[in-house]
Amino acid sequence: MDLQFTPQELAFRDDVRAFLHNKLPARIAHKVKAGQRLSKADQEEWHAILNAQGWLANHWPKAHGGPGWGAVEKFIFDTECALAGGPRIVPFGVNMLGPVLIKYGNEQQKAYWLPRILSGEDWWCQGYSEPGAGSDLASVKTTAVRVTDETGDHYIVNGQKTWTTQGQHANMIFCLVRTDREAKAQSGISFLLVDMNSPGVELRPIRTLDGDHEVNEVFFTDVKVPAENLVGEENKGWTYAKFLLTYERTGIAGVGFCVAALAKLKVIAARVLKNGQPLAQDPLFAARMARVEIDLENMKTTNLRVIAAVAGGGVPGAESSMLKIRGTEIRQEILSLIRRAMGPNAIPFVEAAQYEGYAEPPLGEPEAATAAANYFNYRKLSIFGGSNEIQKNIISKMILGL
Amino acid sequence: MNFQHTEDRRMLADSLNRYLLENNSIERRHASAEGIFGYSKTLYAGLGELGAIGALFPEDAGGFGGTGFDVSVVFECLGRNLAVEPLLGALVVGQALVAAGTEAQRAHLEVIMAGSTVAALAHDEPGSHYEPSHVATTAQRSATGWVLNGTKAVVPVGDSADLLLVSARTSGSTQDDDGISLFLVPGTAVGLSKRGNGRIDGGRTAELTLAHVAVGADALLGTEGQGLAVLERISGYALLALASESLGAMDVAKDQTLEYLRTRKQFGVPIGSFQALQHRMADLLLEVEQARSAVINAAAAVDETDRITREKALSAAKYSVGRIGTLVAEESIQMHGGIGMTWELPLSHYAKRLVMIDHQFGDEDHHLARFIALGHAVDVDMAEA
Repeated sequence: MDLQFTPQELAFRDDVRAFLHNKLPARIAHKVKAGQRLSKADQEEWHAILNAQGWLANHWPKAHGGPGWGAVEKFIFDTECALAGGPRIVPFGVNMLGPVLIKYGNEQQKAYWLPRILSGEDWWCQGYSEPGAGSDLASVKTTAVRVTDETGDHYIVNGQKTWTTQGQHANMIFCLVRTDREAKAQSGISFLLVDMNSPGVELRPIRTLDGDHEVNEVFFTDVKVPAENLVGEENKGWTYAKFLLTYERTGIAGVGFCVAALAKLKVIAARVLKNGQPLAQDPLFAARMARVEIDLENMKTTNLRVIAAVAGGGVPGAESSMLKIRGTEIRQEILSLIRRAMGPNAIPFVEAAQYEGYAEPPLGEPEAATAAANYFNYRKLSIFGGSNEIQKNIISKMILGL
Repeated sequence: MNFQHTEDRRMLADSLNRYLLENNSIERRHASAEGIFGYSKTLYAGLGELGAIGALFPEDAGGFGGTGFDVSVVFECLGRNLAVEPLLGALVVGQALVAAGTEAQRAHLEVIMAGSTVAALAHDEPGSHYEPSHVATTAQRSATGWVLNGTKAVVPVGDSADLLLVSARTSGSTQDDDGISLFLVPGTAVGLSKRGNGRIDGGRTAELTLAHVAVGADALLGTEGQGLAVLERISGYALLALASESLGAMDVAKDQTLEYLRTRKQFGVPIGSFQALQHRMADLLLEVEQARSAVINAAAAVDETDRITREKALSAAKYSVGRIGTLVAEESIQMHGGIGMTWELPLSHYAKRLVMIDHQFGDEDHHLARFIALGHAVDVDMAEA
């Protein structure tokens, strides 16, 4: 038993810290720490900085431009980034499509699409969920019919996708589509890459409860997609989608985000007064904070245990479901406590204060402007990426054998 | 970073588990727990022979372990096998001897490790409710040593222990931190009366009344009036030991409940096919893994020299197993249904042990409050710096 990082890992951590100190723009870090909304340009700027360092696609194999890190390095990188106020890497191209192309794409597709993900030339979004297929992805209804005409082989796509995160920024979408209507549920689904600028693609914003525009609906009406945009084999898309669900999710607990949020909470609780005493001295509030702090300390070790098992050659299967459930619960609880700490000042909602450049004096604590909006926004954590209930189904089936 | 135990510790765990499996069947365990001593003298001596007690102490004290992970491995095995043998007393009294004993006092270590002397900590008092500095028992100097008066509550195997470590006040008043001293008192001392009871989770405890118990000057362990620091140190080992024991018992309760979900049929199907139960079982698994992490953190921390870091991790672990152990116990009984309520089912005894661990050396609430107070101590230090 040894809970310490090796000297090499500590040296690596120092490198990451130095990089963040020198390269993470203070303006962006400030927005992240303040819980303000990031623009497309902010995210592109950060991606470009990471890519220049060779750290953007940090779990891709070296041959495709990855840095060749193991699970421990990735954990250290993710944690340090979060602590420094680095934005989350937009996952759709780098974390989701990239690994699928590397494993199942043909040489042409890899050579064409992978560099464009790294360079930011393409901004990808994810076309999995449909109005009738949320957690139950296998019931996708969007169809793709293969046709041949004078311009070559194509698919004609019809249907609707939803919850398309940051689709308004995207020029490309990877979709699960039904190519065989006779086949049962999981078979008959294909994995297709669609240009968002094709005729027949229409994007409509969905306004979420925090007033933000983060997700969208995407409608497809007789959209013509070149047959070469099919990834892998026709009707095997479910295999590729499932691969993504088990691919390298040791970072899913978001330990770094939790630690950063807890540090923020502690600063607030030491400053906000109730009955002339810091909130941190209020027995009930202190107990809520201590409970989540202990849970987080335990989860850090649980996460490192899973990582150590992976480093030793194991495969993180359903263990990542445990990390997802508890990691999201902890982060949601901390955000909830930050909201509570604001007292009545959590109520006023100034939309402009969610963005950079708002210069009016704060109503109450400086964090009050974003506390409630962030709390509501992050209710998504336990819903997306396979809801926490779906994760329990996975644990039940894969670990418990029930 | 490595979460595997060393080969030596794995071998120790294997031999302990095998020995207990062969010699501590649930029937024999009940017989021991309900016997006059509340444990089996034969089994305890056997554990001593196997090195289970020696593993709790460092080499310079005559043992062959003594690190947090050694303690953890031993007590996890005891928890798995629901053993009632008094190793906790050996650990805390032995560690007190290691920390503060004179050469002559440390001579007790050899017989403690052999399992031939049974030691017990007599610290809690009626009304102390986990508060370590609550000591009303007094020790007054006499011509030849000390005279002790007072009452000690819920002393494990207190009615038959050979060697008692008694806390008593040599100055100050009941709640003071200063003025607590520790004394080694033989179980046969004149003036010591014992009211023995069975425990709801098996084994025995006793309320001890000390009426003019005279001991020699050499009975004082450590510095007069400075016993609280030693008590904190040895309680730290107890917290780790109990957390590890709890983890071992949780694993068994969880496995037995899972097996029941797979085999018990209602409405023509295994009850484990019902999502309501699947999700509760998934929650249980997740919580048990969090408890395992808490125990690992505590085992790594018990040898830590920075007091706040060490004590926070130990309280975090005891809080965690207090909360999670109780949850595992309640959920296991509930998911078993009526059969979970029976004495006949071994699970019910695991459940009782899990809940009663929360009543030893401070419960969930006590350690949450302690964790918070320790954190405030850091904040104050930082503010003053």
